[in-house]
Amino acid sequence: MTPFTYQRAADPAGAVATAVTSPGVAYLAGGTNLVDHLRLGIAHPTTLVDVSRLPLDGVERTADGGLRIGATVRNGDLAAHPEVRRHYPVLAQALLAGASGQIRNAATTGGNLLQRTRCSYFQDATVPCNKRDPGSGCPAIPGHQRMHAILGASEHCIATHPSDMAVALAALDADVEVLGAAGPRRIALADLYRLPGDAPQRDTTLEPGDLVTAVVLPALPLAERSAYRKVRERASYAFALVSVAAALDVRDGVVADVRVALGGVAHKPWRATRAEEALRGAAATEDSFRAAAAAELAAADPLPDLAWKVPMATNTIVATLRGLLGGSA
Amino acid sequence: MSDLLTPREIGEDRVRVDAAAKVRGAATYAFEQPVDDPAYLYPVRATVARGRVTGFDTAAAEALDGVLLVLTHLNAPRLASTDDGELTILQSNGVAFRGQLIGGVVAETSEIARHAAELVRVEYDEHEHDTELRADRDDLYQPGTVNPDQDTTTDDGGVDRALATAAVTVDHTYSTPMEHNNPMEPHACVAIWEDGPRLTLYDSTQGAHGVRTTLAPILGLDPEHVRVISPYVGGGFGSKGMPHAHNVLAVLAAQLVPGRPVKMALTRQQMFELAGYRTPTIQRVRLGADRDGRLLALSHEAAEQTARVKEFAEQTTVVSRVMYAAEHRRTTHRLAALDVPVPSWMRAPGEAPGMYGLESAMDELADACGIDPVELRVRNEPEKDPETGRPWSSRRLVECLRRGAERFGWDDRRPPGSRREGDWLVGMGVASATYPGFTMPGSVASVTYRGEGRYDVRIGAADIGTGTWTTLAQIAADALGCPFECVHLEIGDTALPMATVEGGSSGMSSWGSTVVAAARTFRDKFGEDPGVGDSVSDSAPQKLPDAKKLAVHSFGAHFVEARVNVDTGEVRVPRMLGVFSCGRIVNPRTARSQFIGGMTFGISMALHEASVMDHRLGHIATRDLVDYHVPVNADVGDLEVLWLDEPDEHANPMGTKGIGEIGIVGSAAAVANAVHNATGIRVRDLPITPDKLVH
Repeated sequence: MTPFTYQRAADPAGAVATAVTSPGVAYLAGGTNLVDHLRLGIAHPTTLVDVSRLPLDGVERTADGGLRIGATVRNGDLAAHPEVRRHYPVLAQALLAGASGQIRNAATTGGNLLQRTRCSYFQDATVPCNKRDPGSGCPAIPGHQRMHAILGASEHCIATHPSDMAVALAALDADVEVLGAAGPRRIALADLYRLPGDAPQRDTTLEPGDLVTAVVLPALPLAERSAYRKVRERASYAFALVSVAAALDVRDGVVADVRVALGGVAHKPWRATRAEEALRGAAATEDSFRAAAAAELAAADPLPDLAWKVPMATNTIVATLRGLLGGSA
Repeated sequence: MSDLLTPREIGEDRVRVDAAAKVRGAATYAFEQPVDDPAYLYPVRATVARGRVTGFDTAAAEALDGVLLVLTHLNAPRLASTDDGELTILQSNGVAFRGQLIGGVVAETSEIARHAAELVRVEYDEHEHDTELRADRDDLYQPGTVNPDQDTTTDDGGVDRALATAAVTVDHTYSTPMEHNNPMEPHACVAIWEDGPRLTLYDSTQGAHGVRTTLAPILGLDPEHVRVISPYVGGGFGSKGMPHAHNVLAVLAAQLVPGRPVKMALTRQQMFELAGYRTPTIQRVRLGADRDGRLLALSHEAAEQTARVKEFAEQTTVVSRVMYAAEHRRTTHRLAALDVPVPSWMRAPGEAPGMYGLESAMDELADACGIDPVELRVRNEPEKDPETGRPWSSRRLVECLRRGAERFGWDDRRPPGSRREGDWLVGMGVASATYPGFTMPGSVASVTYRGEGRYDVRIGAADIGTGTWTTLAQIAADALGCPFECVHLEIGDTALPMATVEGGSSGMSSWGSTVVAAARTFRDKFGEDPGVGDSVSDSAPQKLPDAKKLAVHSFGAHFVEARVNVDTGEVRVPRMLGVFSCGRIVNPRTARSQFIGGMTFGISMALHEASVMDHRLGHIATRDLVDYHVPVNADVGDLEVLWLDEPDEHANPMGTKGIGEIGIVGSAAAVANAVHNATGIRVRDLPITPDKLVH
């Protein structure tokens, strides 16, 4: 652990002003991931700017009927929020599928989005890792690769994004509000995350000093019939082998609209646009669900030890949509 | 036949005497011991799997404010004995496995020590390493004995012929992964080196005297000048059964800052190389039977690994010497010595992985013969110990199986893959359990009368969360014929009379026998009306007269319901029943905790636990509890425990047999057999994770 200075941000603009002028600043919110990184010697910030007490902890309806969620809203509070539970059950379920009660009470919305992969090589400073030490190599590719990607990976990195919440947000077409050196801006969640390519050290498209201030959900009536299914080796407190966030609107036996996103399979929450395209206008049957899942997973390129993730992801998409269909019967 | 104690306190459902202190955080574990002006030690570890250190750059570390000492092989004190390859550290520049201790930093705070240790730069001459156990290696060898001191091989010479002519045969290979003990409290100690020289070591250990006996000659100290103190231990599961290299590092550091207490606690990640683990096992089990399922041949052969620096030979196949009647029998062990951390005791070493292999094969034999798995086991019940021909002190396996089957609703079991409820396939599995009834010689206890009906009972025994503080006092109360409240027990310190290790499920039998012997000597000498200060010390007889002529084992049966999700392959265990015959139960509350703890370990071994060795790096890739899974509460359903509470009058004066480990023996096989019954899929490679079932 490298010594660092600690300061508490007075306001968001002040936090950003500090961060953009001095390299080595890290924002500290819930600390549930960053503090591990400090201990493990894989993050070496010289200054921690504590943003956890900034007034970004509100959840409010937006003018167009959506929801703005402040960046420091705790995961536990967000999961319990009546608006979330009623209008976006997939988000509440995803939050509750993550971590433990204690961690959810500390972890924030912004921090959850920006948590880093739990790849065991990334988290061990004594071994190579292109994400931690660009150019050093990826031992996961020839090595232990249980929690790794089957979609969108590169020869440089097969890490997965660990968040459950972000998978639900990907399905819900969420936007992210960011305060940066040039002022506030709003970006689609889909544009926040990136694939590893030849720069796996970059998880997101954020610039140094950017501070996530809120997540904005659009009004999405479809989401009232939505669900999150997380497949894991134990019943709780484990990262996803595969997860599925889905929302389904069926009219007269036909899929009128649908959202599907996958977790545990890629460097980012994976919006399953091919599956969605295949499903819109199709009969709402298990056969359609399976064909759509297969269309999405056709792009999968699993390493040999990860081949099982393809049927697991396929089956989990089918099971989640089937569950939503059952709910509408 | 022994002179059995009349149970009055024994059998009482007593709350742990240390429960309130533990809940309040007032029980002092090793690292928390209050000492004056402690310094903190953080290790430097090898980042190659084999080779030599060619240079240390310690300048940056030494330049940090608060750093007291950077320790390497260049400045470490010499050890008096280097016979133990695990404990011989910092005596040369050699590196025998990745993660081995090669140095350390002592500083004013733990944060400074850790930071400085990260700043130490090490140059290596890296050699090729070899960390992969395979059954087809050409360098597997036969160890002299297997743990603790058992024959490596037994073979009556008739197995191959019997297998060739048997009507029904099973021949499969079962494997278990490297597994790590992972007690909740990490390995920790405080070492204080003073003039004399004298050493005081606060340690988290399953046996204070064993630590002293092992470390004193290595350090060149008179054992009388070494004091080890360990009143509370947050779990050990074998990994604290003997000192490990971190203890030596702490003492070496303490020698260089004499008079200053040196505190050291391993991180969770460091425990994966430095605290022992269970070897992976590759077990070939061959069974030959007649059409009625009676065994004609039983062959159980294991390949395992050990470390190049120190041999540990897990006794994986010894269960097949005990469990079933078979006309012909062979059991073997072969080891590969690799560039890996040193394996050691872990939660029923030998019995736990061995019974997964044997009891899975028995389930496959039941299928092959078309016989109910409970019935198959009953048909192969041996009248005497198959290996030695000795009569059993007691063996009530059939009763455990029958009672368990009735209680569990075993009659509802259906053919494999035929019961579905919603999205879940449902199955039931059974497996037997066994564990030897060890009583270790050598413990000594003292009894002193304090007046007003009160007695001090002193013995250097350990409580690793098992309940010794309570249960040994219950035994002492009955041995002295006094109320429980009148016993003042002292344990966990080498200043107390010598006690054997809390291992091999032998603690209560060994220490209890000793306390009973001391109490009886006390009464013989001072009668029922002793004077204040009257005191005796005594040890138990080496073995009861009967014990040499008898086979003393505990037995039991596990029943499991498993549910497997048809879409995802996730496995859940909603209910599990264990029925045990382990002699008399001293305290039903703490006993139940031990049984359900063992059964939970069985679920864990079956479904979760696996350490993955990255052979390219020679590196354990799973090194925290994110990657190394143990069950959470949500994974553990309704666990029920029954015991046939009857004293084994041949075992010891309490009539007890050990209960610490039998709960894990066979339980993983019962889960695996239930998964097979649910799905029709036989997974022969633990753990049974969803990827092995999804399709």
